[in-house]
Amino acid sequence: MRGAAWSLLVVIALAAVGAPWLAPNSPNRRFDDLLYAPPTRVHLLQDGVNAPFIHPWRVLSRLERRFEAESSRRVTLRWFTSGVLVTADADAGAPLLLLGADAYGRDTFSRLLYGARPTLAVSLVSALLATLVGALVGGVAGYFGGWFDSVLSRVSEFVLVLPAIYVALVLRAVLPLVLPPSIVFMLLIAIFTLLGWPIVARGVRAIVIVEREREYAVAARAAGAGDSRVLLRHLLPASGGFLKTQASLLVPAFILAEATLSYVGLGFPNTVPTWGTMLQDASNVALLGDAPWSLAPAAGIFAVVLGVNLLAQSEGRVPVQLEP
Amino acid sequence: MARFLARRLLFAIVLIAITSSSALLLARLAPGDVTSQLGPFASSEEVQNTRARFNLDRNPVAQWWLWVGQALRFDFGDSFLYNRPVAPLVARAAANTALLGILSLVTATFVGLSLGVFTGARSGVLPMLVRGASLVCVSLPPLITSLAFVFLAARTGWLPAGGMVSATASDARWSAWIVDVLWHLPLPVLALSLPMAATFERLQSQSMSEAVHQPFVMAAIARGVPARRALLRHAWPSSVRPICAVYGLAIGALLSGSFIVEFVTAWPGLGRLTFEALRARDIYLVAACAATGAAFLALGTMAGDLLLAAADPRVRQEHAG
Repeated sequence: MRGAAWSLLVVIALAAVGAPWLAPNSPNRRFDDLLYAPPTRVHLLQDGVNAPFIHPWRVLSRLERRFEAESSRRVTLRWFTSGVLVTADADAGAPLLLLGADAYGRDTFSRLLYGARPTLAVSLVSALLATLVGALVGGVAGYFGGWFDSVLSRVSEFVLVLPAIYVALVLRAVLPLVLPPSIVFMLLIAIFTLLGWPIVARGVRAIVIVEREREYAVAARAAGAGDSRVLLRHLLPASGGFLKTQASLLVPAFILAEATLSYVGLGFPNTVPTWGTMLQDASNVALLGDAPWSLAPAAGIFAVVLGVNLLAQSEGRVPVQLEP
Repeated sequence: MARFLARRLLFAIVLIAITSSSALLLARLAPGDVTSQLGPFASSEEVQNTRARFNLDRNPVAQWWLWVGQALRFDFGDSFLYNRPVAPLVARAAANTALLGILSLVTATFVGLSLGVFTGARSGVLPMLVRGASLVCVSLPPLITSLAFVFLAARTGWLPAGGMVSATASDARWSAWIVDVLWHLPLPVLALSLPMAATFERLQSQSMSEAVHQPFVMAAIARGVPARRALLRHAWPSSVRPICAVYGLAIGALLSGSFIVEFVTAWPGLGRLTFEALRARDIYLVAACAATGAAFLALGTMAGDLLLAAADPRVRQEHAG
């Protein structure tokens, strides 16, 4: 189970990193004749022809979004051309659409790969930052105690009790609603870090309070180590296991938060493919029934969460899904 | 017990005051205000009058102070967006959210606990299947379940894909209205309760499998207590504690989850109202929504604490002392 979980997560990470080499089409290229086109079927063998090929779609009715495969035309897939693993002749109107096209005729599969990048980057960076800030603040509070500790405990209790998605929503909504993608990127990281650190700080504080009385910490102090050395070199490493667990739990939570915010229109703008902005297509209920492939990013989110939960289960922890 | 309740009440009041005040101030300090709703052709006089009507011409602190004074007299101001008092708007949305939340919580608790007892106490093919299914469901957050259910509903037409009442039923007789609402309920309730039920199942399963190996359960079986009774009367009460402990957290998750479920399934609840209010900079509506959400949260955590006290004699002792 552990191996399966890791391979799932590694595959997703590789897909995100390798998007420029794996995606058959440019994520923002619009195929005007192929709005909501279904996935192209890849034929492996027919009439003795051995190379994989596709029949391109021809639009029959734009209004009803009906398409027909041109069975007379046979477009062979091209491998390792122009720096891409596999693609079809997009310029001749025969793009390879492994997961169909979206509302603007863009390739869902390519967008899924490219969309994983901002989504994963935001959540990984926020999880790292939240863990770092939480470890430092929690460590200092647990080690020194005093007023800083009591203020911190009150603040983190308060943040913990609030439903995270509402806090994120309010913090994002009170800023200008339309912002350039790079600002949104940093803003989301800031908001998620702000939401995540108290969880980490609380746990680290509890660990440090116990550990600072243990022999090795007392011995380090007796040997003349300063406060910062005891804290950074002796006590924080003791909470390493906890920090790893927390970071692994924060990543899927932040992926989901990004998806939720972008889905409701307060995250990345629609021009940037992320898993959240891609899901906006699915909000059109009338079209969703005919275009299940617009749910592809949901499958991506599910895969990440499942991977993390499988890891948790294999380590004997209970996978808990309590925050967004 | 009285001291415990008093402390909880104080916590609730502080929580409501802080969240609603900070929501009001944040929304007030946000760029843009209600006058953008008037459109680009509104005269400057009209803009000024509108600002004055909602006290937007004062400085934020003065406006907050005025709002506090009114709110203490249960006057929560007017909504710009709907052009009517905030209280009935929020009350209605809160009732819808409460209906959705309570039904989901009851469903999740019932399904999760009974399946958890089953998988925790038994081994075999069926419990293993249930365990696998719940591991999958735990990884399906409400955003995904609601989208998936809406897709299924749109595809099959078995259930309405969104909303709370059909357009035709809103002015029908009340019995028809209730039937119609009941027809719209299963989809959002399922979407919200599925991941939570799976979480409860995992927790209950874990603690149940530990409880059945406790000496007192062994002793009960050795005394000749039937296995079923030993499981339900002896093992289960001691195993239910971890679930009660997360119940308070579950309320927060429920509110978070209900936001996205309401958004996807067009359920006219507190989440949607908060979102609309935030986007329109409708500050009094934002504040009232935040206050109501905080009240739900405080109620929920209190219910969780009471449950924990009911399940764990040690906690009861602590509160009494």
